[in-house]
Amino acid sequence: MNFQFSEEAEALRDEARKFLAAESGREKARAVMNGDATHDAALWSRIAELGWTGLRIPEAHGGLGLSVLELCVLAEEVGRALSPVPFTSSVLMATELLMASGHDSAQAAWLPKLADGSAIGTVAWMEGNATRPDGSPKLACSGDRLTGAKLPVADGLAADFAIVTARDEAGALVIALVDLSATGVSRSACETVDLVRKSAKIVFSDAACTVLARADEAERLRARHLQGTAVLLAFEGLGSADAAMEMAVDYAKERVAFGRRIGGYQAVKHRCADMYIKNQLARSHAYYGAWALLTGAPELALAAAGARVAAIDALQFAAEENVQLHGGIGFTWESDCQFFYRRGRLLALNLGSRTFWSDQLVRALEQRNTDLAA
Amino acid sequence: MDFEDTAEEAAYRAKVREWLAANAAEYKTPYEGDVDLVVRGKAWQAKKYDAGYVGITWPKALGGQGGTPMQQIIFNQEESKYWVPAGIYAIGLGMCIPTVFTHGRPEIIQRYVPVAMKGEEIWCQLFSEPAAGSDLAGIRTKAERDGDGWVINGQKVWTSGAHRADYGIIVTRTDPTQPKHKGLTMFIINMRAPGVEVRPIKQMAGASEFNEVFFTDVRIADDHRLGDVGDGWRVSLTTLMNERLAVGGKPTNSPDAHSLIELARAIDAEEGNMLEQSHVRQKIADVYIQDRGISLTRMRTMSAISSGRTPGPESSISKVVVAKLMQDMGSFAGDMAESAGLLMGDDASSLPHLEALRQGYFWSAGLRIAGGTDEILRNIIAERVLGLPGDIRPDKTVPFNELHKVVS
Ligand SMILES: Cc1cc2nc3c(=O)[nH]c(=O)nc-3n(C[C@H](O)[C@H](O)[C@H](O)COP(=O)(O)OP(=O)(O)OC[C@H]3O[C@@H](n4cnc5c(N)ncnc54)[C@H](O)[C@@H]3O)c2cc1C
Repeated sequence: MNFQFSEEAEALRDEARKFLAAESGREKARAVMNGDATHDAALWSRIAELGWTGLRIPEAHGGLGLSVLELCVLAEEVGRALSPVPFTSSVLMATELLMASGHDSAQAAWLPKLADGSAIGTVAWMEGNATRPDGSPKLACSGDRLTGAKLPVADGLAADFAIVTARDEAGALVIALVDLSATGVSRSACETVDLVRKSAKIVFSDAACTVLARADEAERLRARHLQGTAVLLAFEGLGSADAAMEMAVDYAKERVAFGRRIGGYQAVKHRCADMYIKNQLARSHAYYGAWALLTGAPELALAAAGARVAAIDALQFAAEENVQLHGGIGFTWESDCQFFYRRGRLLALNLGSRTFWSDQLVRALEQRNTDLAA
Repeated sequence: MDFEDTAEEAAYRAKVREWLAANAAEYKTPYEGDVDLVVRGKAWQAKKYDAGYVGITWPKALGGQGGTPMQQIIFNQEESKYWVPAGIYAIGLGMCIPTVFTHGRPEIIQRYVPVAMKGEEIWCQLFSEPAAGSDLAGIRTKAERDGDGWVINGQKVWTSGAHRADYGIIVTRTDPTQPKHKGLTMFIINMRAPGVEVRPIKQMAGASEFNEVFFTDVRIADDHRLGDVGDGWRVSLTTLMNERLAVGGKPTNSPDAHSLIELARAIDAEEGNMLEQSHVRQKIADVYIQDRGISLTRMRTMSAISSGRTPGPESSISKVVVAKLMQDMGSFAGDMAESAGLLMGDDASSLPHLEALRQGYFWSAGLRIAGGTDEILRNIIAERVLGLPGDIRPDKTVPFNELHKVVS
């Protein structure tokens, strides 16, 4: 039995945590939130130099060719630091999806640039109006031309390409890659709950695209992408949840009221204990998801949904209680509490809601019951 | 990362499985009717002892196997696939005997430990008192010097299994002029000694598994003392640490998310069955996150043990989560079943798992208290794991016999 990360992965974690603590404190997130830049470009190039952008990309395309476990470790650390870089969109989502598509020419065109950080990708499936991640998109794909809009698209202003879901004339699902500098693509800033991860509205008017997958193959690719991303985002959320808990606990050890440090009061203490409990449950589920992803185990559907739901719960609870335990200061623009509060909402919705994923989870449980009975 | 046993673990598991298949065959199904737990329990324990499956991690000198914690875990996992009558030894071997061999004199260890391992003597833990539960150091039961021995007077309560126990470990107050943690001393007590009276207490859920125990001039020889005079608090921490390891796992074969799925599917709702309702699916997901989350957390602990590392503090969350979860599952199952949720006993509904979930509802009310309440366990997580300040303890430095002055 070995339900822990390898020593190499642990070493990477230490290194990443040290680097991000030194180079990516929350003031960087604040600077991006308050400024016009789409992300912290200097930090992004340091991250690319470390090889993180090409962590999973095969060496032939200029990457490090490491496993998804190392990616999980980095996702957690980037989440912990709330780093204002397009790591989630580009590395956790677009790169993974492009690699899973098996589309040779698109990979040859983009993977080397993703690996060295000179290109940023994103994945766009939301279309406002209560889009569900397994729904039929409205964006129309005719031949290799796209017409319609996507919003919000995370890191959509910074990205060089987007992988979009669309629908062809026959109504079948299409997954296509669009170069966002192509004619017929226009984008504008789109405000969302998370002000650190900037989003865009992207409008396509007969814009050229490369179809990566169509119909059944696209459905399979999307389902697999949702599961894999659920696990990776769970790690990112877990990092944020631990950081929010630590922020609350640190404050509870400092702040004095009625002649005591507030952390000595049980109403406060027990809330902190509950944060710890939820974070530990989320961590265990995330590890299970990572194992399933790494080994391609049949449990992946269940493990991914479990990781996602547990991480949403953990971050949301820690983020809400972190504001609460800070009192008035926690509700100010100057306090870092809002970052976690906003990130909690982002995590809860950027890949289908908790409701959607609990339904997926129960489906997977039902499926397992059927398999066991067979 | 994998869930597989290492080669040695797999070999040990295979050996255990083979042995259980040959020796525990009669325990494949739940016991029914009025079975004699003690007779059956003793027979099972003796068999286990002869085969070398008792005290797996304990030193060979004590009659243990000198094995690894992983071997113990593997044995427990495999044994729990049967309905063996092992419960009557949980407190003795899980908590009392480790305290005896950590703090007892060599002759005492030789006298009691091997016999207990064979299952010939059953033990209980005499800590709680009417005025000292969470605040365990507030106990009043007195032990006074009398020649070369001691005389015990007082009362214990909530003592699980005292009615069938041969021996117990008991915390007593030997010096009331000291602050409460300082004047305590721990002993081994013979439950059949003159002056010991056990009175069963009927529990909310109906059974009588715990008792009040009264002591009137009960004599204990000094060699039955565990640890130094006045050092009883430190000694009791050995027991409590073992208790936190022993209590808190989910009872074998208890309901889980799958049970709720099967139950929901068997209940007709307005449209289709209950399982198709969104609120039911949300709740089942909640249950899965917690229940499976705890078993995965346990795997993290086991992995650490298996690779020779010290487990992190994450195992401390187990009982708090599991006890409340059993309660929530039980009430939710009842709600789904509507009026059938009221029925029990001979009239119990035959809807799948409903009766087990109802029993869990009642048993969990005790589980949330036994071995440390939810509140006490949250304090422990907050203070020891997260490093938050301790509770206010106005009584900490006050002599025990002046404590009445500090209650606010
Ligand atoms: C099924 C069962 C089996 C048991 N078996 C044994 C046994 O074998 N041997 C034995 O010695 N004991 C046994 N006990 C006793 C058990 O250890 C105590 O019941 C438990 O520690 C709580 O003590 P109490 O009942 O006195 O409740 P109290 O300590 O009076 O608690 C009452 C309430 O106050 C809360 N409270 C108390 N102190 C604090 C605090 N500091 N902060 C916040 N809240 C607080 C508690 O959480 C609880 O909700 C058993 C109990 C049960 C239910």
